[in-house]
Amino acid sequence: MRRRVVVLAVVALVAGGTAAGAGPPNAADLEAELVCPVCETTLDQSNAPIAQRMKAFIRVRIAAGDSEQEIKDALVDEFGPAVLATPPKSGFGLLAWLLPLAALAVGAIAVGLLIRSWSRLRAPPDDGQPLDPQLERLVDDELARFDG
Amino acid sequence: MAGHAKLVAQGVAVGLVVLLFTLLAWTLLTNEGGDLAAAAARGERPQAPDFTLERLDREGELTLSSLRGKAVVLNVWASWCIPCKDEAPFLEQVWQQNRDRDVVVVGLDAKDFRSDARRFMKRFGLTFPIVYDGPGDTLGGYGVTGFPETFVLDREGNVVEVFAGAVNAKEDRARLRAAIEQALSS
Repeated sequence: MRRRVVVLAVVALVAGGTAAGAGPPNAADLEAELVCPVCETTLDQSNAPIAQRMKAFIRVRIAAGDSEQEIKDALVDEFGPAVLATPPKSGFGLLAWLLPLAALAVGAIAVGLLIRSWSRLRAPPDDGQPLDPQLERLVDDELARFDG
Repeated sequence: MAGHAKLVAQGVAVGLVVLLFTLLAWTLLTNEGGDLAAAAARGERPQAPDFTLERLDREGELTLSSLRGKAVVLNVWASWCIPCKDEAPFLEQVWQQNRDRDVVVVGLDAKDFRSDARRFMKRFGLTFPIVYDGPGDTLGGYGVTGFPETFVLDREGNVVEVFAGAVNAKEDRARLRAAIEQALSS
């Protein structure tokens, strides 16, 4: 009985999560992901006439049952890809996502190389090499004088 | 090895700086838009950047350079722009009065919804050619900083005069008519 209750609870949670994901798009979320073509800030930050008009457009399209992607596609068709606050993860827009990662990788390699070169510069002399006898005698004399 | 790595790092850094300077120089050299109005005010006649854009008044596209041989009154507008509403009937009047004299009024609707622009055209009974540039890509080349702006081009596509803001005042309207005559006479 107890096991059945747990299974039902898990099923209800999963079903609830799926339903929330498949629900209508949220206007506020969309306004944060789209840019006003006149003031070039996101719609939620803009009160420009065209931004107001775009907000109204989004609400009408949500009420008409359009998905988030359909609404974005419609706005890109009107205002071009610059209307998206984040570049698309395909085509030329993919560069905007990949370049920072590439820059990070290049930076990490550069730092690694620098650390390697510095650590080599500061490496202690090889212990296997014999000390110059004259220098050794000098050191012994100095140590003896210091101790005495 | 360390020396080689250092040399490579220095080369990359110098390369990046050169690349950034090249980009800056390229941007400054290609961004001539802001100079159009200033050059026209000095009496020069800079070439208007060419464009091919979708038409809103009918099917197809319009290329600006296809109008060579005629004087062009190019008006940049948007349906959400309030001064554009006062200006629209005057532009239609200019078109009606001059269309048989080798003068073409061209509306360039930018940063606007197509449907809103068509509603605007219907409301004000605009019959001159109107092209659509939703993203506003052509505006930079013309140095447009606000709506509306009007450019009068001569028969060779050179800018004779620029009107920043609506041509609504009596003096501005007289100046526009004079600019059209100047464009036709060249």
